[in-house]
Amino acid sequence: MARMNMIEAIRSALDVKLSQDPDVLIFGEDVGYFGGVFRCTAGLQEKHGLTRVFDTPISEGGIIGAAVGMAAYGLRPVVEIQFSDYIYPGYDQICSEAARLRYRSAGQFTAPLTIRTPVGGGIHGGQTHSQSPEALFTHIAGLKTIIPSNPYDAKGLLIKAIEDNDPVLFLEPKRLYNGLFDGDHNKPAVSWAGHELGEVPEGHYTVNFEKARLLEQGTDLTIIAYGTMVWVAQAAAKAAGINADILDLRSLIPLDLESITKSVNKTGRCLVLHEATRTSGFGAELIAEIQQHCFYALEAPIVRVTGWDTPYPHALEWEYFPGIERVQTAIQTIMEA
Amino acid sequence: MTSKQNRSKLFVPEPPYRPGDTPDFSHIKIPAEHSPSRPDPMIDAYGTQEQATGLIRVLKLDGTPCGDWDPKLDADTLREGLRHMMLTRCVDERMFSMQRQGKMSFYMKSTGEEAIAVASAMALRPTDMVFPTYRQQGILMARGWPLKELMCQCLSNAGDKLEGRSIPVLYSVRELGFFSISGNLGTQMIQAAGWGMACAYKGTDDIAVAFTGEGATAEGDFYYALNFASTYRAPVILNVVNNQWAISSFQGIAAGQSKSFAARGLAFGLASLRVDGNDFLAVYAAIKWATERARNGGGATVIEHFTYRKEGHSTSDDPTKYRPKSEPDVWPFGDPIDRLASHLVTLGEWDKERHDALHTELTAQVRESYKEAEALGTLASPSKIDPASMFEEVFEDLPAHLRRQRQEMGI
Repeated sequence: MARMNMIEAIRSALDVKLSQDPDVLIFGEDVGYFGGVFRCTAGLQEKHGLTRVFDTPISEGGIIGAAVGMAAYGLRPVVEIQFSDYIYPGYDQICSEAARLRYRSAGQFTAPLTIRTPVGGGIHGGQTHSQSPEALFTHIAGLKTIIPSNPYDAKGLLIKAIEDNDPVLFLEPKRLYNGLFDGDHNKPAVSWAGHELGEVPEGHYTVNFEKARLLEQGTDLTIIAYGTMVWVAQAAAKAAGINADILDLRSLIPLDLESITKSVNKTGRCLVLHEATRTSGFGAELIAEIQQHCFYALEAPIVRVTGWDTPYPHALEWEYFPGIERVQTAIQTIMEA
Repeated sequence: MTSKQNRSKLFVPEPPYRPGDTPDFSHIKIPAEHSPSRPDPMIDAYGTQEQATGLIRVLKLDGTPCGDWDPKLDADTLREGLRHMMLTRCVDERMFSMQRQGKMSFYMKSTGEEAIAVASAMALRPTDMVFPTYRQQGILMARGWPLKELMCQCLSNAGDKLEGRSIPVLYSVRELGFFSISGNLGTQMIQAAGWGMACAYKGTDDIAVAFTGEGATAEGDFYYALNFASTYRAPVILNVVNNQWAISSFQGIAAGQSKSFAARGLAFGLASLRVDGNDFLAVYAAIKWATERARNGGGATVIEHFTYRKEGHSTSDDPTKYRPKSEPDVWPFGDPIDRLASHLVTLGEWDKERHDALHTELTAQVRESYKEAEALGTLASPSKIDPASMFEEVFEDLPAHLRRQRQEMGI
């Protein structure tokens, strides 16, 4: 075991796969010599060579399109899109090509590529470095969407993603890279070094997509979250003084609906959180499933706390971010209903 | 009063002729004897300027060869090329009329463009992966795909190996080096660059070969491909089939003021050739040149095949609604099948009797294959495709949410 923050855990996953499998290639903007703007690939080119880890033109459509061709050939490209806000030029290649190739060719061609990209706000990134576009991808048949909340899961899920034979979008909550962030921006992020989920095996291991992590167990309420919002949920539940089941989804597609319904049927109350904008967000999908499967167990309307339906504002970042206070208020509303 | 300083006017290009006009292409100078010369395939990319802006030709319209691009193919190979082209046209005719009879939803002919697909396939190795558009069915003829399988795909019937998932002509035949055709245009250009990069990374001898129409060169994917192919020296051939028409939009809509699609390659430092696409020998020679360059580590070549789409874009459009009815007949570059046949005649290796006999043989072959294919159903007959197959191969394994949806369907 080693102590790793999320950047180190991701780098370790990449290092393990580069060492194990000569068909794994890593490319993206600034990922080579420099090691990536968030340092996730630092040192990997030096260790594994120029043709294994290399820089690309500023061309997200080109990066993903080339990766589709390589993956169809039989390689396992792992590409980095520097910020998820930049992914849209590659959207056609993801939705119409990578996600469809197996289906339309009846299995003759597949696209086992992994697309890593940082998501979420809280780093003064403004409209173009803060988005959480997961719902634009969970709507696409044939694509898996993964989002870890801690170093241990990040490494195990990323190795799993690279080994998966389907295209995987791997979203990295950038506010968690260097430490646990619970939504209170007035205090410094808590180092992963002191957290049990910052204990990461150095070698190979995987975390399955099919199972959500039950972070906290309680009987009052079920809080469903992923990425950064998992830690906001934990802090808000503590502040509200309630015992909640906190489910960290880890994977949006495939979704562990069984754990969700089991918990909500037990608690009878449910809060859904995400940082992304509200309308047509992934929360809507979760709530639709929960009301269908848990309707008779529900004792209160399901509530969602999300980012507002606005672009991510630069100066008003913390008014936008669904922080502890808003989550705590929602908890009280549900508990009093 | 201030005088107007900006003299710009919004300019929207229009084709020279529309329905009702009498098309006249006498202004197009057909270089009867002249073709840009054949340089060494490892020439510096910028040395191909004349080849990128002129028109590489071998066959004069009377069937006699000229210039140094003549690949000097033996008569058997030439006859094989002729057979594949004629078969392609035969299949197109049959499928078009079957679509008109309601047996399938859609079809796309490649009439007038057969040389591009067939000569390319014959100049390549069978292991070179082609990333085709919907108008390179000639590759499948040249690589020997059983006609019945092609027809079953178009009929979306029980014999369709793609399980009726795609509209007709969006074939996928991995074992013949034929990549799954996307309905989204241009996307496969950059994928081919990626495939070529993978070939180079793995150190194999194979290359990738992509096709796009001139219309879809306007997509970003085309420029991604040029950029990546140039940056990583990918062994890939990027073909632009300039058949003058993108559904109803003439080539000037994509070309702008540019006179050559091939010349776009030069801007990226790629060797570039502009070829008479109705000239079987010129296409063959150009592709061979590009394969030599790619396999020798010289990287990618951009090839514009200058041709003409003789029929509608697909069964869904009527070309007389946007261009003169007579335009295909007066297009001055002739017909690729006639031109190769005349060449064989001038060599004393072909005659009208053999030509007619071959046509009769191929027509019978197509008729027989179609009968066999239709016996497995048409789109109009009740589908024999298992509805449960709809949920398969979305992912490698069936995830829980798709299992629930399949159960919801009652299967």
